[in-house]
This record gives sequence, C-alpha cells and structure tokens, in this order.
Amino acid sequence: MIMPLLSVRNLTVQFRVDSGWVTAVDDVSLDVGEGDCVGIVGESGSGKSVTALSILQLHQRATTRIPSGTITYQGQDLLRERGSTMRRIRGSEIAMIFQDPMSSLNPVLTIADQISETLRQHQGLTGVAARKRVVELLGLVRIPDATRRADDYPHRLSGGMRQRVMIAMAIACKPRLLIADEPTTALDVTIQAQILELLRDLRKELKMSVMLISHDLGVIAEFAQSVIVMYAGRVVEEAPVAQLFRRPVHPYTVGLIAAVPKLDSDAPRLATIAGRIPGPQEIIVGCRFSPRCALVQPRCRDEPPLMQPVSDGQSARCPPRILVLGERHG
Amino acid sequence: MVDQPIVEVRDLKKTFAVKHAGGTSTLHALSGVNFDIMRGETLGLVGESGSGKTTAGRILVGLIPASSGTVSLFGHDIAGANGKAQLAAVRSRLQFVFQDPYASLNPRMRIGSAIAEPIDIAGTHSRKDRNDRVAELLELVGLPRNSVERYPHEFSGGQRQRIVIARALALNPDFVVCDEPVSALDVSMQAQIVNLLLDLQERLGLSYLFIAHDLAVVRAVSTRVAVMYAGSIVEFAPKAKIYSDPQHPYSRALLDAVPRADPDFVRHPVVAGEVPSLLDPPPGCSFHPRCAYAMDRCRVEAPSLRESGPGRHVACHLFSA
Repeated sequence: MIMPLLSVRNLTVQFRVDSGWVTAVDDVSLDVGEGDCVGIVGESGSGKSVTALSILQLHQRATTRIPSGTITYQGQDLLRERGSTMRRIRGSEIAMIFQDPMSSLNPVLTIADQISETLRQHQGLTGVAARKRVVELLGLVRIPDATRRADDYPHRLSGGMRQRVMIAMAIACKPRLLIADEPTTALDVTIQAQILELLRDLRKELKMSVMLISHDLGVIAEFAQSVIVMYAGRVVEEAPVAQLFRRPVHPYTVGLIAAVPKLDSDAPRLATIAGRIPGPQEIIVGCRFSPRCALVQPRCRDEPPLMQPVSDGQSARCPPRILVLGERHG
Repeated sequence: MVDQPIVEVRDLKKTFAVKHAGGTSTLHALSGVNFDIMRGETLGLVGESGSGKTTAGRILVGLIPASSGTVSLFGHDIAGANGKAQLAAVRSRLQFVFQDPYASLNPRMRIGSAIAEPIDIAGTHSRKDRNDRVAELLELVGLPRNSVERYPHEFSGGQRQRIVIARALALNPDFVVCDEPVSALDVSMQAQIVNLLLDLQERLGLSYLFIAHDLAVVRAVSTRVAVMYAGSIVEFAPKAKIYSDPQHPYSRALLDAVPRADPDFVRHPVVAGEVPSLLDPPPGCSFHPRCAYAMDRCRVEAPSLRESGPGRHVACHLFSA
C-alpha cells in the first residue's frame, strides 16, 4: 500500500478549562492521499476545525494538549516537530485558508505586500521577481486587473476577492496539501460557487491534495471525493462521497442528511434530529450520539463504539446498525 | 384564509448617507420596492448581501424610517407624515426575531424576566397573569417551565432562539419579521426552529416576513417568495413557481449556485461577477453586468416589476412585450 501524504492516527486533543481538561477531539484517524480531496463535515463542537489546527500546530499551546496520537506527513511525525521545521511545513508544504478572509489579512498592508511576505519567507523572492510572481498569483486566482489590484488595501476588496487573495497566498509556494476550513461560509451563494469552482480548478492545475472542512453537506457533496463525518469530537462515519449520500450508515449521518432543507421538497415540515448537540464538558460514557439516537440500544450507553468497516471504503462507529445492515445484505 | 393584506408596501425607498474622505455619497439600499403580505401567510424575502432584504425588514417593524414610499401595516401608514403615531397604534401587533440569539438576550437577565419584558413594558398583566403567561409561552416554544430562573448562557443556540421567539410572542402579535432566524444555527437545530415557526403560525394564525439568504430554508417556510437584488425585487411569485420555473436570470443564477447535498447533481455554469456597489449602481437593470441575456435596452432602462403569469411578477425586459 502506498503511504498517504498525511496520516492522522488516534489523535486526541484536549483543552484546559477551570475544572481540568475537556476532550475536543477524541481518537480521530484519517488519511489524505496524494491528489485526494477529503471533506470533513460536522456541526459545532464536532472537532473538525481543532483537528485541522492540530495538524499545523496552530492551536494555543498553553491551553491545549495532545495526550495521544500521531500526525504523519510524508513519513515525518509532525507532533515531534517544533519551530523552524513547522514554519517550513506551514505554507510551503501544507497551507491553510480560513472562513473570514478579513481577519486573516493585515488591513494596513497592500495585497502585494502581504503576498510578497510569503514569497520572501519561503522562497527568498524579493523586488521585481516577487512583484511579478504576485501578479501571476492574482491572475491564477482570477482576480481581474491583477496589476492594479495588487496595490489595493484589503478594505477595497469584496469578501469574495479577499478570499481569492487568501487562496493566492496559500498557493504561493505550491503546497502539496491545502487545508480549507469553511472557506466559503462567510460568502454569498453565487460567490461561494465561484470560489469552489476556483479551488476545484487549482487542485487540478497544481496537483494539490485538499482537506475541506465544512458544516454544509451541499458544499461537501459537490467538492469532496471522500467524506469524514464528525460528531462531538469523534469520527462517526467515513465513506466515498457518493456512498455516503446514497447509503449513509450512522444514524447521525442519516439524520443530518435528512435535516438539510431541500430546494426541491414540498414536505410540510423539515426532518429533525431530536435533542441537541452535547457541550464539550458533558460526560457521555457510551456513544456520544446515543441520547439523540432513535435506534439506541442498552449497550450503546455502556461503552464507546469502535469504527467498523461496512463495505468498500465505508466505515462507521455504530456496531448495532452495521449488524442489522449485514444481516439484511448477507 | 386570504383576505385583505395586513402589510402593503408601495414604492419603498431607503437611502443612507455615507461619509468618506471626499464628502458624502448616497447609498441606495432600497430603490422602489412593492409587496403585500396576506393574513396567515409567509412572504420569503431572499437575496445576497446588499440586496436590501434586511433594510426592508427593519423599516417594516419601525426600527428605521423609510426615505419615501408607503408602508401600511393593518391600514396604518408608518412611513407617512404621521408615521410615529401610526406606528404606536400598531406597535404591539408587530414583533421581530433576529439572527443572533446570543446578541438578542441580555446575559444578566433571567429567562423569565427576558420573556416577560414586553408584558412588563406594556403593563397590561397582573403579577399572577404575567407569570402564567411566561409559563404558557415556554410551553409553546418547547422549553421546560423551570427555565424561568436560568440565564441565557445555560442554553444552546437553538434553545436561545426558542427563548427569543417566546419573548416575541408575549403580546400576541399578528405579524413577525424573522431576519435570518436560523442562519446562526447548526443544521440539526435549524430544522427544529423552522418547524417550530411553522407550528406557531398554524396555531396562532401568525403572518411572517421571513428574510433569509438560504433558498432551501425559504422554500420550507414560505407561501410566496420575493427575490431581491441590489435594492429591488426582481421576481415575486408563489413558492412552487420560483423554485420549479424561475423567470428572472438572477433567480436562476441564485438557484443554480446553491450547493446540493447530492453528489450526482450536475451544476450549470456559475454566474460571473459580483454584486454592484450601491453607492454607484450601474445604469439600467442592476443585474445586467452579470446577466448572460443582457440586451442593449437592459443597459439603459431599468425594468419595472410586471405581471408575468398568474400571481407572479418579474422585473426583466425578457418578459415585457
């Protein structure tokens, strides 16, 4: 088997609170292969963003600890790396873009200044060479009139244009993996469609792997090849995208897909998942979804379920449901 | 039950003065908007940033004044010369629910007091009636009665939105403006609140103006839908028509842009360009710079909203004879 580009194994991340440590990410494993496009979907508190931040060690070190797990990038254990190695990896190997482009840009520097900084740090480009590359990058992210736009300050740009600038900075050093954390959530729907199209094109042109984090199942369905569904800090299901939407296994995945309002539905009411998402400090011994699950069994409340394979590439953390499916198909 | 409209908006305009280094410019937030809302119906107002949907909602509940036009609520014109007095006459029949349930509740006020605040201000209830009413409201929105003594931070986003809805219903309003009421919520919570709003409408005969950017959510709640773009309504139709047969090129572009939770869905080409500046809107139809069907006429003459079929209206030269 070929080694994946990035491999996260049994990652657990905890945050310090007044009363001790709470677990934000619990035993998460995932792989991103060369050229893959992996989607991570989940609601608030699912741990999807924390997982991504841990990969680049962008979490608050003073209040965060990683008691177990490994994050391997091209055979290198990132959790053992610090300082200069991580600085090299961030940007030139793995780049990240976030939801809110305005808070990621410095309001008192021009677009060209900010992109040049990345080029200088990672590639030693300065002066005319840097300027040329900046304009090239702005063209690559389809910013019209790039030569002039380069000298604008961020406030002169729309939200969509700012996100294009962030993408230009992220791809400046041709990273092999781009982590996009809710990259279109703050944008209007027509602009969202443009940005997703841009990311899709760039992924092909630059042969990048992409890890896309989103709360929006629609964005995930359109963009990802394989999907990881997270709930309350744990991965509950993993599947190729078509399979996930056609044959979801975990009751949470089933409920989530059903709860998305549909453009072509005339149902008088939306499908709901009863109850609410547990807070990080709430202790649920067994399956975290068991208090809301319609198919709950006594054993679900006793011990945390393990991930089990269902079929080709699909696995889920719900032994009772997998057993039922197995009997039905077998 | 359809009879007289409870809301009639005619040629509503709203401009804001924007100060900048070079002087003052005029921002055209609403440039002549017309619509009605019937008793017991939900009018969905959809559009992207800067479409004017929130401005329209805020004018309707009297939070900001109109620049010109008529805003008639239950027969009282709150945008006219005597607007303040007219608004006071209908004040208790209007309510609103906003997007952010975290910002809408005072963190230091107990839930019971928050819900009772409109009653306390109106001064219409005895102590006992007030407390009974709070208990009744909590039950109505599906929260436990013992919530009265608790504080907002003890509740999740979805539960807080239930509290906000309970407070909005305290004085038995007839008409509620909901501005992005579920946008800040997770999908599994969003569906619960949408269903609650629908249940309450059925039980209490409420009329809603439901403002949202999410077309699928608007479909779930609306009777009729108005699509707004850059300060104007570009299409207005019964819900089923907008979604199955959108007429305005922008309505089509908007529907096409929505990501579908269906990996087999094949999308149409994405509409290019961005929303125009409201400080310097393009001449003619404000959508023409992005429109694939733009003709010479579209660049000079702004189309007006015309009838284009039974119960439906569109502002597009493609549909004018």
